[in-house]
Amino acid sequence: MTDLLYTDIEESLRSSVRSSLQRSLDDGLAARLYDEPDTDVGPLWRGLAEQLGLAGLLVPERLGGSGAGPREAAVVLEELGRSVAPVPFLTSAVIATSALLSAGDEEFLPVLSAGERTAVLVLPWTARRGAWAAVDGAVGPVAGAVGADLFLVPEQGEGGVTSLRAYEADDVEVEPITSLDMTRPLARVATRGQGAEVARGAPAEAAVDAALGAGQALLASEQLGLAQWCLETTVEYAKTRVQFARPVGSFQAIKHRLADLYLLLVNTQAAARYAAGTLADDDPDQQVAQSLAQSFCSDAAVHAAEEALQLHGGIGMTWEHPVHTRLKRAKSDQLALGTPERHRDDLADLVDLPAP
Amino acid sequence: MVDLQQRLDQFLAEHDPTTTGAREFLGAQHDAGLAWVHFPDGLGGLGLSRGRQAEVDERLEAVGAPRPDVGRNSIGLGMAAPTMLAFGTPEMQRRHLRPIFACTEIWCQLFSEPGAGSDLAAVATRAVPDGDEWVVDGQKVWTSGAHNADFAILVARTDSSVPKHAGLTYFIVDMTDPGIEIRPLRQITGEAEFNEVFLSGVRVPDRNRVGAVGEGWKVATTTLNNERVAIGAGNDREAGQIGPVTERWRRDPSVRTPGNHAELMQWWVRTEVTRLAGERLRQGLAVGQPGPESSAMKLAFAQQAQQVSGFALELAPEEGLTYHDWSMVRPETGSFLGHGPGFRYLRAKGNSIEGGTSEIMRNIIAERVLGLPPEHRPDKGIAFKDVPR
Ligand SMILES: Cc1cc2nc3c(=O)[nH]c(=O)nc-3n(C[C@H](O)[C@H](O)[C@H](O)COP(=O)(O)OP(=O)(O)OC[C@H]3O[C@@H](n4cnc5c(N)ncnc54)[C@H](O)[C@@H]3O)c2cc1C
Repeated sequence: MTDLLYTDIEESLRSSVRSSLQRSLDDGLAARLYDEPDTDVGPLWRGLAEQLGLAGLLVPERLGGSGAGPREAAVVLEELGRSVAPVPFLTSAVIATSALLSAGDEEFLPVLSAGERTAVLVLPWTARRGAWAAVDGAVGPVAGAVGADLFLVPEQGEGGVTSLRAYEADDVEVEPITSLDMTRPLARVATRGQGAEVARGAPAEAAVDAALGAGQALLASEQLGLAQWCLETTVEYAKTRVQFARPVGSFQAIKHRLADLYLLLVNTQAAARYAAGTLADDDPDQQVAQSLAQSFCSDAAVHAAEEALQLHGGIGMTWEHPVHTRLKRAKSDQLALGTPERHRDDLADLVDLPAP
Repeated sequence: MVDLQQRLDQFLAEHDPTTTGAREFLGAQHDAGLAWVHFPDGLGGLGLSRGRQAEVDERLEAVGAPRPDVGRNSIGLGMAAPTMLAFGTPEMQRRHLRPIFACTEIWCQLFSEPGAGSDLAAVATRAVPDGDEWVVDGQKVWTSGAHNADFAILVARTDSSVPKHAGLTYFIVDMTDPGIEIRPLRQITGEAEFNEVFLSGVRVPDRNRVGAVGEGWKVATTTLNNERVAIGAGNDREAGQIGPVTERWRRDPSVRTPGNHAELMQWWVRTEVTRLAGERLRQGLAVGQPGPESSAMKLAFAQQAQQVSGFALELAPEEGLTYHDWSMVRPETGSFLGHGPGFRYLRAKGNSIEGGTSEIMRNIIAERVLGLPPEHRPDKGIAFKDVPR
């Protein structure tokens, strides 16, 4: 059984990420992105990438990365999920990077690791491992394309063979879409010209599946972090908000809902750690772990955000309170990289419980 | 540093698991320090970290070694042993740990009373000192397996002039004492798994006291936290109530409808995630005793066992309408899984009551894990004898 706990190294990475975010991410930024989508969030990401080496976390040292692994990336995503930080860690440093790693790239990875440029895998944000189609012309909605420098596009090459091609920003047209979650805005992407081939045939397909698999495994940790923020914030509020001359958190109806939410998060954490651990260990159970995590953690994060909103009363419905930014991210995350229902279908095949 | 695998090699070379009787094998396993590796040397352990027991269990399972009968002796193994390790005297530990592990001593738990269930600290059964003995009088209820038990763990009131939690003491009781009367209580399944137990003038030597006089609540809390980890402890994928359901699905195409499939996968996911969370809790417990977090696992286990066992009846409705046998028996084991789907459905209803109800689990999580403000407690600070009951 893979290790489901956190190591001391992971905990110290967590506290570095958390304190960097506290210093560099202003509280109001997430909500402001809905009114001012053009706000430049580049410096935030470059700062984090530089201080903490986040851009090259999964990249071996030989290619300029820090040679860490999925367990560490998972902890970073927990912290980014808590704060719904508008940075391309998941789309560039996890998903696009995993595609390049799988394809054996040595050209782009060193540049990405340095945090100077960001990459994106150009597929609909709903694609999942084993269920995606080669891109033909324009595609959307793509996450992580706004502001990206390098576009990795799986195309249908000659003779129907899949070709994973890299395009520079000049060779693509990125048309932003008004998104449910403006902290991870979506876009339609259209390519011009040829790009450069990164991989072809089976290796290209494997690279895309590896990227989506890593995304699925680690998105669960973003969902975990987000859900934990919701629980902690709501517990704090329930201790201080007084009605009927008592803190509302002393009413058993509220306590029991929060206890249930805690239980849900204990389970979410186990599923997320299992997905990260099996990915890190290259465990044969990793595909089960990924579909399991996405079918459970997606719903859990949405539920946590919905509970947080309800238990804050009227203030939870306001633009001023940050809970809405979490709800929008959670609901979008639930639809990303395969819905829970799709993952349960995949799981049924993986564990031999076939549909009728 | 102990080389565990080497020790296992040697142990298995000396005791052939396929030909040695279960009791003898388990006794020897205990003597080799392989029963509970985190227990001290000479008491069934080697003083290693709790997490390393998994290495032993995996190895023994692989060679088909006899295992302690958890169904018959869940209270001895899951509750009495860890409590005795934490609070018992060395003499008591030497006397009882080996027979508990070998299942030559079966244990039961005399905690609940007609007036004290969720409010366990309200027990009224009295223990009065008399020389170097205690004399116990009172009534217990819902006592699982009392009819098979050789010994019991007991919480009794030794001082009613102090608030309820302060006046309790914890004892080991010999169930063959002539002052003990056991009456079966039939339950929803038709079986009489639990009992009423009447104690009149039961004599308990002071050396059978666990922990100090007046500290029974602290000792009982250790027992309960261990109980909550022990309930539902299953390590394997598809162990527990989901097992018969997936087995049926694979074997019998007639149960496969799209609606059933959607539901099956929901339960599969929840069961598997609960299993992983239990595994995570156990990894975290590799050092130290279970705390209030164990309540979450107990709560999860109960919810999921009830929902899945209910679904199992709908999956195969013709079979769901039948029942294996209603005759009143006093079972040897407290199995959640035996018999047919109807039995499993009914027995699982107890999972959210035994070992503390799901409501109490939520209170514990809310107050002790999340730190939410406590309930209003009218009996706080009042001597037990002055609390209206
Ligand atoms: C199958 C089975 C086996 C058992 N085996 C044993 C055994 O071996 N030994 C033993 O000592 N006991 C045993 N028990 C007893 C068990 O521990 C108690 O039944 C349990 O603790 C609940 O107590 P009660 O039955 O008195 O219910 P009560 O405490 O009367 O509860 C009634 C209802 O009120 C709710 N409630 C009570 N207090 C609160 C509160 N503060 N907040 C919210 N809701 C509350 C409860 O959740 C429950 O729904 C067993 C029970 C079962 C069902």
